[in-house]
Amino acid sequence: MRILLMGNPNVGKSVVFSRLTGVHVISSNYPGTTVGYSRGFGKIGDQQVEIIDAPGTYTLEPTCEAERIALKLLETGDVVVNVVDATNLERNLYLTLQLLERNVPVVVALNMWDDTKHRGIHIDLDRLREMLGVPVIPTVALTGEGIRQVVESIPSAASLDVPPRSSDERWVTVGHIVEQAQQVTHRHHTWLERLADASVRPLTGGIIALAVLAGTFVLIRLIGESLIGYVVDPLFDTLWAPVILRIHELMGPGILHDIVVGEIAGGEVDFVESFGLLTSGLYVPFGMVLPYILSFYLVLGLLEDVGYLPRLAVLMDTVMHRLGLHGYAIIPTLLGLGCNVPGILATRILESKRERFVAATLISIAVPCAALQAMVFGLVGERGVEYVAIVYGTLFAVWILLGIVLRRAVRGFTPELLIEIPPYRLPAWSSLVQKLWMRARGFVVEAVPIILGAIVAINLLYAVGVFDAIADVTAPVVTTVLGLPKEAVVALTIGFLRKDVALGMMGPLSLTSGQLVVGSVVLAMSFPCIATFVVLLRELGVRDMLKATALMLAAAIVVGGLLNLVL
Amino acid sequence: MSVTQLAAGQSGKVLAVTGGHGMVSRLAALGIRPGKRIVKVSSAFMRGPVVIQVDRARVAIGFGMASRILVEPD
Repeated sequence: MRILLMGNPNVGKSVVFSRLTGVHVISSNYPGTTVGYSRGFGKIGDQQVEIIDAPGTYTLEPTCEAERIALKLLETGDVVVNVVDATNLERNLYLTLQLLERNVPVVVALNMWDDTKHRGIHIDLDRLREMLGVPVIPTVALTGEGIRQVVESIPSAASLDVPPRSSDERWVTVGHIVEQAQQVTHRHHTWLERLADASVRPLTGGIIALAVLAGTFVLIRLIGESLIGYVVDPLFDTLWAPVILRIHELMGPGILHDIVVGEIAGGEVDFVESFGLLTSGLYVPFGMVLPYILSFYLVLGLLEDVGYLPRLAVLMDTVMHRLGLHGYAIIPTLLGLGCNVPGILATRILESKRERFVAATLISIAVPCAALQAMVFGLVGERGVEYVAIVYGTLFAVWILLGIVLRRAVRGFTPELLIEIPPYRLPAWSSLVQKLWMRARGFVVEAVPIILGAIVAINLLYAVGVFDAIADVTAPVVTTVLGLPKEAVVALTIGFLRKDVALGMMGPLSLTSGQLVVGSVVLAMSFPCIATFVVLLRELGVRDMLKATALMLAAAIVVGGLLNLVL
Repeated sequence: MSVTQLAAGQSGKVLAVTGGHGMVSRLAALGIRPGKRIVKVSSAFMRGPVVIQVDRARVAIGFGMASRILVEPD
């Protein structure tokens, strides 16, 4: 049996899903968190059932890719658990009626039930059950309240044989149901609501946005630096370095030694530059990148769960239209600052093909992922804050300029912004920590093997001499246009595997600060890493992906060349 | 008058949504349809999006779309 979780965006389907299956999925406080679907298994009595978490949708007439996915899933479900936001009954019931007309068995989970009390909403459950003709169970997915009753009512759910209605008839029916089953008493605005409205007004909103962005940056930096300085570095230096030196002595020289511990000069381990599996192979992911992954995703998770991001979308809308996007594209872009892959996937919340192309291309070219940024902080930061600022300033300028160009060059239209803005919520710490854990684990499981593989490959290819050949062929562009030593080609090539390792490879080349800036920027802009490449291909198709890639290479060379002239 | 002409904080009743079927049904799905009472929360500079409250939800609407939602102010 296949059970489908369906409902309006941002009603808590993913939280219900986690409760039912024990499988944790990312849930946040904004519409459009789930753009694909998650599958899990749960038990009803003794029976094992498949449970699907569908993207949220307001109606069964899809307007974007995420909603189309939801509609397709509906055709495959045996039972639908319709998750309904109890505080927005009227709007949510429209979809409920549409689902009932599909003659599929439905169970209604009236979620966020706890919120109705302090919002002055009284729902007559018996009346609602009677009028809808299906089980209606109040739930609080975050605490698990009511989830057991939802499961228990699934086996007896039956389809109703409701004739199809026109949209007007549906609204009349919804109005009738709400009038009979719901009473709302007036109450005063809470401070959270006042703050919520202040953050979309132009003046106060602008001030709040600047404060939030500045706070975000300082917090990410502070947490990342502290983790590195007080936790990770001491561990590597005092505990791991002696082990490495011992291995170094035991192994003696040779290619195996170079692969395992890399280059060790003067009896001291340089974790960044030695490039062995056990030295840089561990230090780059765990010592340099992971601390920033943790701090970035902690802060992003906070912003997501509070519900700030859609407000930023409103404030940024006018600016984003100049780039051929609307304000909501800021959310995929921010996700891209963590990792380009989820960022590009999140472009599914955008309505038109043009917007998706522009947003995905801009992310893959001008939005550096957290892993690369961590390396920029680590390596470029040593040369001075001003150089880090040049890297960021350049990428930001590229994002704007390329967006302006794409807006003119890409045909199609950009629809206007139309989004629901969720209320501010105080984040639930348990789900915040859960989300952080999932994302950090994702990095360790998916990135670390590639990093280790890349280090082995680099050492082997060096030994064979392949890199010298590549370096010789591409030398004219790299040395004359970009002003980098030809060995930097190797690093740029490795960028296709992992950008963090690639920037790490520029460490031992004794580059000038200017060259390091050029290298960082070109690395960020040029060829996407392999994971991003695969997602681009899947989301855009071959033709658009090739277009995006050509644009990337051209833009990287032009911008790198210009920087080389200036610096 | 249209929603864009309402002052922030002013409330009104939706009279009509003048637009194509797609736009009308998208707005309706978010609860914005003739007969509904709305409150304008804010508008942005330079013909930016308008935020309105309908029932207990807040919805941000692009300026062009908002200018085609006709309301009768209270």
